Amino acid sequence: MLRFTAHKILYTADGTVPLNVSFVLKKGECAALFGNSGEGKTTILRILAGLTPADKTIILADGEVWDNSENKIHLPVRKRSIGFVFQDFALFPHLTVKRNLEYALPKNSNAGIIDELLEMMELHLLQNTMPHNLSGGQKQRVALARAIVRQPKILLLDEPLSALDDEMRFKLQNYILRARSQYNLTILLVSHNISEIIKLADRAMILAKGKIQKEGKPVEVFPADYPAGECKLTAKIIDIKKSGTVYTLKLIADGKPLTVTATEEEMAGLKNALP
Amino acid sequence: MIDIEPLLLTAKLAFITTIVLLVIGIPVAHWFSFTRFRFKPALEAIITLPLVLPPTVLGFYLLLAFSPENAVGKFLHHYFNIRLVFTFGGLVVASVIYSLPFMVNPILAGLKGLPRSLQEASITLGKSGFITLIKILLPNIRVSILTGVIMTFAHCTGEFGVVLMVGGSIPKETRVASVALFEQVQNMNYHTANIYAAILIFFSFSVLLAVYLLNDKFRKTHIL
Repeated sequence: MLRFTAHKILYTADGTVPLNVSFVLKKGECAALFGNSGEGKTTILRILAGLTPADKTIILADGEVWDNSENKIHLPVRKRSIGFVFQDFALFPHLTVKRNLEYALPKNSNAGIIDELLEMMELHLLQNTMPHNLSGGQKQRVALARAIVRQPKILLLDEPLSALDDEMRFKLQNYILRARSQYNLTILLVSHNISEIIKLADRAMILAKGKIQKEGKPVEVFPADYPAGECKLTAKIIDIKKSGTVYTLKLIADGKPLTVTATEEEMAGLKNALP
Repeated sequence: MIDIEPLLLTAKLAFITTIVLLVIGIPVAHWFSFTRFRFKPALEAIITLPLVLPPTVLGFYLLLAFSPENAVGKFLHHYFNIRLVFTFGGLVVASVIYSLPFMVNPILAGLKGLPRSLQEASITLGKSGFITLIKILLPNIRVSILTGVIMTFAHCTGEFGVVLMVGGSIPKETRVASVALFEQVQNMNYHTANIYAAILIFFSFSVLLAVYLLNDKFRKTHIL
């Protein structure tokens, strides 16, 4: 179990915002932080990792004190059992895929996990490839695998899929789910993408004005605050019918048929996708 | 026939200075790259000062400092029996101080050019700052290190003002190629002076050419 409490003044374009956040993560749970840019989601991950100092902090991981500002305890980053997947992946450019993973392996650890992760992330054919020869999705899988090598107490994912297109995003969400169930990972995810949070997280925390305004199961948290009639998906259009000013579209999404309506304006935006 | 001794002494001075500066320059540049020390700009200015200062100014103050009559010189002489004025050891110390920016600045630029997340990724994987520096940061700034090494070596071979002030012109001890060239001109031996000068020009050109070729090659092969 991980307990997190932090207070920090954030300096944003609109002035200062006091960040006051407190939450508990259960072992094996995946929680997501959702909110607008500049609300401090990434800062929370960085405070948890020890990369960014806060004014007041208490972090306890399975009873071990990582931070306690009152007692001036600050466990160095390298001593915290964390896996951090950065937005830019941060792969080591001079090391092959396999050596990126091997670098993360602690001394006297079972090296078998490297092959296991290469296999799980379908990277075994790319293990001797240098990072600059990988696609965005492949880089993300390497970054994810590397963060899991140490089997950390908590995996921190900082918008790990934001740089990818929707199709790749969907595939990679499945890799995260697979890794989570295989290693019983506790995950704190930062994401802007509601469908991603619904798919990956057990709990969503909506961050606004420096505080967690709402939290709960993603399906329960989001519809009340966000328009339920809109969604974003990757699908193939198989039929279009016009009735008045509204269009009815038949789609195939993830192998399943779906019918949606669209306005003239929305259809104009779909111009390139029309059959 | 020219005396080859000043050329060998120049190479020896440049080699030792470069090695010493490599050992000193990497940790100094690393510290500068992440520190938030409030007087950092002042320290950066001090390190870069030799780039803009007339060498004779630095040489003059080093001469005073190393003199057995003054604090530093007296301390070294009294406790360690070391004399730095007009000795090869003194030349090395002076060259290290004078060439510091040629090593530190390229390495610092290389480190600052790396994404911060590389260093952060390494420490979140449980690695110490030292391991991160050796295994992650330095391999990714190879061109910067190589540039620092070559520029330091080349700069040392061309040193004149500091060397003359601190070392004078003692054969086989402090008479390096640039000083030997100056003496040949003073003695009107233009032919010998010409040979020394031509060797120094050829060497400097070769070094700069090597730097540009290496930079080009590394960029083309995607190696940072």
